[in-house]
Amino acid sequence: MTQTITAGQLLNERDITFMLYEWLGAQDLCARPQFAEHSRETFDAALEIYSRIAIDLFAPHNKKGDQTEPRIENGMVSVIPEVAVALAAFCEAGLMAAAQAPAHGGMGLPVLVERAGFAWLMAANPATAGFALLTIANVNLLLANGSPEQIEDYVGPMLTGRCFGTMCLSETQAGSSLGDIATRAEPRPDGSHRLFGTKMWISAGDHEVAENIVHLVLARMRDAPLGARGLSLFLVPKRLPGSASDGGERNDVSVAGLNHKMGFRGIPNTVLVFGDGSWQPFGEPGAIGYLVGQPGQGLPCMFHMMNEARISVGLGATAIGYAGYRHALDYARQRAQGRAIGNKNPSSRPVPIIEHADVKRMLLAQKAYVEGALALCLYCARLVDEERTAETTGERHTASRLLGILTPIVKSWPSQWCLEANNLAIQVHGGYGYTRDYNVEQFYRDNRLNAIHEGTHGIQAIDFVGRQLSLHGGAALGSLLDRMRQTASAASGIGTARLAEFAVALSGVIERLTHVAAKLVSQPEPAISLANATPVLEAFGHAVIAWIWLDQATAIGAAGRESADDFYRGKLQACQYFFRWELPRVGALIDAVERGDATVAAMTETWF
Amino acid sequence: MKILVAIKQVPAHDSRLFIEPTGEWIEENDLGYEVNEPDAYALEAALQLREQHGGEVIVMCAGPARVSSTIREALAKGADRALHIEEDDLRHWDNLSVAQLLAKAAQTEQPDLVLTGLQSDDLGFGQTGVIMAELMGLPHATLAMSVEVVDGRLRVKCELEGGWFQYVSMPLPALVTIQSGILRLRYATLMGIKRAKTKEVRKITPAELGAAGEPGITLRRIYAPHSLKQTQMLAGSVQEQAAQLVEKLKHEVRVI
Ligand SMILES: Cc1cc2nc3c(=O)[nH]c(=O)nc-3n(C[C@H](O)[C@H](O)[C@H](O)COP(=O)(O)OP(=O)(O)OC[C@H]3O[C@@H](n4cnc5c(N)ncnc54)[C@H](O)[C@@H]3O)c2cc1C
Repeated sequence: MTQTITAGQLLNERDITFMLYEWLGAQDLCARPQFAEHSRETFDAALEIYSRIAIDLFAPHNKKGDQTEPRIENGMVSVIPEVAVALAAFCEAGLMAAAQAPAHGGMGLPVLVERAGFAWLMAANPATAGFALLTIANVNLLLANGSPEQIEDYVGPMLTGRCFGTMCLSETQAGSSLGDIATRAEPRPDGSHRLFGTKMWISAGDHEVAENIVHLVLARMRDAPLGARGLSLFLVPKRLPGSASDGGERNDVSVAGLNHKMGFRGIPNTVLVFGDGSWQPFGEPGAIGYLVGQPGQGLPCMFHMMNEARISVGLGATAIGYAGYRHALDYARQRAQGRAIGNKNPSSRPVPIIEHADVKRMLLAQKAYVEGALALCLYCARLVDEERTAETTGERHTASRLLGILTPIVKSWPSQWCLEANNLAIQVHGGYGYTRDYNVEQFYRDNRLNAIHEGTHGIQAIDFVGRQLSLHGGAALGSLLDRMRQTASAASGIGTARLAEFAVALSGVIERLTHVAAKLVSQPEPAISLANATPVLEAFGHAVIAWIWLDQATAIGAAGRESADDFYRGKLQACQYFFRWELPRVGALIDAVERGDATVAAMTETWF
Repeated sequence: MKILVAIKQVPAHDSRLFIEPTGEWIEENDLGYEVNEPDAYALEAALQLREQHGGEVIVMCAGPARVSSTIREALAKGADRALHIEEDDLRHWDNLSVAQLLAKAAQTEQPDLVLTGLQSDDLGFGQTGVIMAELMGLPHATLAMSVEVVDGRLRVKCELEGGWFQYVSMPLPALVTIQSGILRLRYATLMGIKRAKTKEVRKITPAELGAAGEPGITLRRIYAPHSLKQTQMLAGSVQEQAAQLVEKLKHEVRVI
């Protein structure tokens, strides 16, 4: 079941190099004091470590992890041993701390470079990468909200891989609606709390990959109000510090069961019970938890992690889509079937299927989706660096606003369209793609998760329409549309007919979206806006990806590289595909929205 | 102990290769590069010897500016310093002239031990290390599976055919060419990358070394291997066909 996968079957290194250095100016970040000790060489060397570890240690067990689901043995969850080996190498290389400041033992890499590197791991094995992803998010949350002691006790061990993290929000009755969370936190005289309740869907909720697990748990303190405002955040270690002889006393957290998933099978998904008395730390039932941040601030603290997690979900969706595309491309170059149109000689050799127009169409669509999505994810990662290190407060604010409004898009667009890329990758493989002998069916199953977790597609749409569009009096939207306009004008300034055509198309869409947004914000009947929120999110998503494509094409044009080699020719062709075949979808999506169509809103439950 | 490791940068093994219009070499524009695989093991062997016996590990690499990424990687894995022999047009050098170049560069360091990979992934001559040893007047062993220093002498386990091994003992200084896959390779670390920035990379040119690069071998043309399918129909009874098949597998294809 161990597989040999090449780098070229996962991502295109040249594409990453192009995006980082020719488009997003990663090297320019080195002029900032935070990144002064870096250079393009250190970035490249770091990326090389990610891709090596991805290929040597993550990719080979991706299929095995899928086919060997985690099991519960003696109340403990076990995963295949390759997971621990891969994660140990990841930590030893310092990758868990890659983007952390040197003060925390980190390398201080820009988030842009770190996420580009992480994409290799997600493409190679999204399930195993998930352990690291959650832990990195936990570290960031604790650094932002934890007490000095919590940081001291847990951040170090997480960065060195002695301890892994989880996020425990969902409960069976509280998925999208976190305000309904019922887990209780009871205060104890020493300032700690005891937690009681059941969490559903907890990824990496139990395993023996590391010595300890840190659960970050949303729970309601005694007398806290109902709803989201009543939630506080607690740090609940699986093993408690400074107790028992054998590596820490067990906290009262136990696994009630595993969820059996469609994909992402290599990472256990658990039902976790807190405080049912399975373990009695210090002679008493109840899971010991330590408050993180202020009481009642659980959700805002968690959202610190969630926003980052949402970019990562988009990146994960992109990476799986990208790997599917690269697999399909490889296959299409090798699979011989049929003959060129007009060749009636049955004894002639069949051609590789990449020569068939419809296969080319499917590959080009995948290329346009996955490279567009990767560009958006890296653009957002660059915004995180801007938000943290841009010179002026004004620039940092703008970055922060842009990031806010792009977050639902960077989460949802790749989840939808890179899944579609995986669908097309199966199609390119024909019948073979539908079998488990090939990898693409697993990619599809794995990627299907991304539209569900970290806030479903529908919830992203509601956030986008109900909140982001009108945030700061519409200033966030204004910043986004401004950026898009700037790109359109830069593109028309390049002076080629092709870029001018795209600039006109994008400008037209920007004007329509401006109009639609204004209409939605002033919509007297929010029920209609909500009913039409998903098409609005999807329309903005397509427009944003078109903008991101045009921005890259403009960078290529400005450098005079349109036909420098096949890489650039391919980029521009994919951009053209997106503008001619995908962008027109925006019109269809918003026509009905613009009319304030109430078909969905008016549909009644009993009419089904 | 001062160990010098000769490493070569080669096209990444999963590259798609295209032949240049002149037919003399592959298109290099869009290629990714990596360290030659056996050389990575030579470096690992050197790092482990240093861990056991102390001393220093110096990597030496000839090639254009792009090889600096391979040098940096070796430094990030733990080599102490490096020697970059700057030559943009190495493709026109044959293995004798490259070995002369490397031998001259190596002599500037007076190492106790020189390690090279067994052969290169791109050209596959398997000659460079051996010629270097001859030129430097060093005892050498090839196809090494392990290298130990015992009582100031080198004990090398070499691979023979058919699962046989040979142990050779030789005095230092010496040169050994290393087989792939003999050890677990370490990964560079982010800390290592940081440290590598402050390590010395000495640059030197063939002219400074007095190496001329007059090739005795000229690469005229390269070809992609043709894959041919030839179908032969076997006649006779099933037994006869099976016998013919066995014959062919034994003597024509030589796989059994
Ligand atoms: C594999 C996997 C891993 C996960 N990992 C974790 C984890 O580690 N930690 C964690 O806390 N959670 C985790 N989750 C939980 C995940 O975040 C939830 O499944 C998700 O938020 C949806 O909640 P739900 O499943 O209860 O669906 P529901 O909330 O019941 O939603 C069902 C459908 O109704 C829609 N819907 C719900 N409410 C509204 C509304 N108000 N308006 C419009 N539409 C609505 C949704 O969009 C969805 O289509 C994971 C889930 C999965 C499947």
